[in-house]
Amino acid sequence: MPPKTLYEKIWDNHLVHEEPGKPALLYIDRHLVHEGTSPQAFAGLKSEGRKVRRPDLTFAVMDHSVSTTDRTLPILDQDAKLQFEALERNCRETGVRLFDMNSKHQGIVHIIGPELGITQPGQTIVCGDSHTSTHGAFGTLAFGIGTSEVEHVLATQCLVQSRSKTLRIVVDGKRPKGVTAKDIILAIIGKIGIGGGTGHVAEYGGEAIRSLSMDGRMTVCNMTIEGGARAGMVAPDEATFAYMEGRPFVPRGKAFQEAVERWKQLKSDDGARFDMTVALQAEQIAPQVTWGTNPGMVTSVNGRIPDPRDFKDLNDQKATESALKYMGLKPGTPIVDIPVDRVFIGSCTNSRLDDLRAAAHLVAGKHVAKNIKQALIVPGSRGIKAQAEKEGLDKIFTQAGFEWRDAGCSMCIGMNADVLPPQERSASTSNRNFEGRQGRDSRTHLVSPVMAAAAAIAGHFVDVREFDVAHVE
Amino acid sequence: MQPFTMHTGLVAPIDRVNVDTDQMVPKQFLKALTREGFGRILFYDWRYLQPGERPNPDFVLNFPRYQGASVLLARANFGCGSSREHAPWGVKDYGFRAIIAPSYADIFYNNCFKNGILPAILTEEQVDELFKRTEKEEGYSLSLDLPNQTVSDRHGIVYKFEIAPARKEVLLQGLDDIGQSLQHVAAIDAYERSHKATATMYDTVDVKYYSNGR
Repeated sequence: MPPKTLYEKIWDNHLVHEEPGKPALLYIDRHLVHEGTSPQAFAGLKSEGRKVRRPDLTFAVMDHSVSTTDRTLPILDQDAKLQFEALERNCRETGVRLFDMNSKHQGIVHIIGPELGITQPGQTIVCGDSHTSTHGAFGTLAFGIGTSEVEHVLATQCLVQSRSKTLRIVVDGKRPKGVTAKDIILAIIGKIGIGGGTGHVAEYGGEAIRSLSMDGRMTVCNMTIEGGARAGMVAPDEATFAYMEGRPFVPRGKAFQEAVERWKQLKSDDGARFDMTVALQAEQIAPQVTWGTNPGMVTSVNGRIPDPRDFKDLNDQKATESALKYMGLKPGTPIVDIPVDRVFIGSCTNSRLDDLRAAAHLVAGKHVAKNIKQALIVPGSRGIKAQAEKEGLDKIFTQAGFEWRDAGCSMCIGMNADVLPPQERSASTSNRNFEGRQGRDSRTHLVSPVMAAAAAIAGHFVDVREFDVAHVE
Repeated sequence: MQPFTMHTGLVAPIDRVNVDTDQMVPKQFLKALTREGFGRILFYDWRYLQPGERPNPDFVLNFPRYQGASVLLARANFGCGSSREHAPWGVKDYGFRAIIAPSYADIFYNNCFKNGILPAILTEEQVDELFKRTEKEEGYSLSLDLPNQTVSDRHGIVYKFEIAPARKEVLLQGLDDIGQSLQHVAAIDAYERSHKATATMYDTVDVKYYSNGR
């Protein structure tokens, strides 16, 4: 047998039906659902008289529009309220498991899947959300789908798919202090461009990826979509198995050991062929800060705002010009001279325990700068929130002048009240700096949790490597 | 789904690379319960000035010459970012039947086929030429012929585009792919039996419906 990539192995193991020249029917092990992209799918199913084929493999959660403050208060946003009610009703009628906003396991869909062990190596996982790529950190094939496909998966537990091309991304070497998983993925996107991975499924490897915690690997896979590849994956290893053990949906005892033996087979064979390979050296990566209106518009913290004339391509020149106008930035400005109005540490990219611990260590005993109007910490799930509180992280943050919130997507997408006001500038640990993403006319700079924390303390971007970073893993 | 075979229509140009789906349908419109009405808010933040939702005279779709356009001419990596199908719902509801661009983001491209929109792919040079012609000639229109896989104008341009045969079939016939897939229900049953697809809960979690509903 010719050597296979991890992607090909998972693909082959999920083939339900295939005819030459046609896309295949692929089985889906886990279907994750949230309030924002599912109502039309459930409605379509109902109007056609179809049933949810596998409610037991479907998991729903309220995350996009939930309040991160007091949830016992009435929901003022009537549209959001109607969506929550629709999800509640759809789950009740179809028997789909629902983590509603009052569940103690509620959280961002891509956080709670792994946290509860719903996500397991070798699975196919889909969700009506592009950051489904997060789950690839466990050696799954996981990607975002549209609402019509959500309906298709509800009805058939399958998806019509064509094989993707494969992209190998190798990050060799040792990650310097102060450089995090977020900086690695931003550097990768900066290198390949936001359309660089289009048509591909990415598999990450190399020492700098292997040495990341599961939290870090999730950050990398999460933003794979920002480089154009729909899915990103890391082959499971001992770190993966250690993370899995004991989680609510993970088998116990002998069954767990058997599962681990199966999971160990989930890696690309030696000599497996990839359609494209990208290589980076970790030592050369510095903390990253985006300056523009997509995640590929990124530079090192010690860099400067580029000049549109630096770009050869006319389209790039125009895009840079328009991005700088939107962002209110001048070419040549050092990144560290850019003041920040608000800081957001949260989102499915960076709201896990590793992220919160690193940020808390950095701000302990310090206080947010006077010019900072708001500094938000939004844990990715209520499970993370509870654990962080057990460790006293909430106290560290609130004493430093941060707000400690309840779990949800929050200011990453601004569908609830957590919106970045017009012309204000954020240091944000989220995944998209598109125009209007965090609020109309707002200006987003994507950074790692420690870079966001340091910006909150300093009031402007700073090179976190110049802070006391002994604790920044 | 509305089938697509041939379409001729006025061209509107969005001269910008990497147009993301957040621009097509911003977040505040993701709280809908239906697929309808997204045409009015397509490109909302570019199209309207606040307060009062006044049409922005500087945004290309508001130019009088592009009113009634049904072919959207775009640049590389069109539709990147969020998976929201609200974006193609908006494109369709606005009145566009086809898009022409050098490349599309994967999820958006896929979503177009679920909504009877033809996302044609031409080379950068061809797209450049069409931008020039659209700019120069008021009322410039293009014809998209799916059976022959061509984009053509009245002045003799005929560009061939590639499309996967299965995708072409979906558009030509306006296929409901759920219905198609359900024809393979025996294969799905067999797969489930052989692979024992399950999700067993070993520890109680705070979840509703499935666990206590059956």
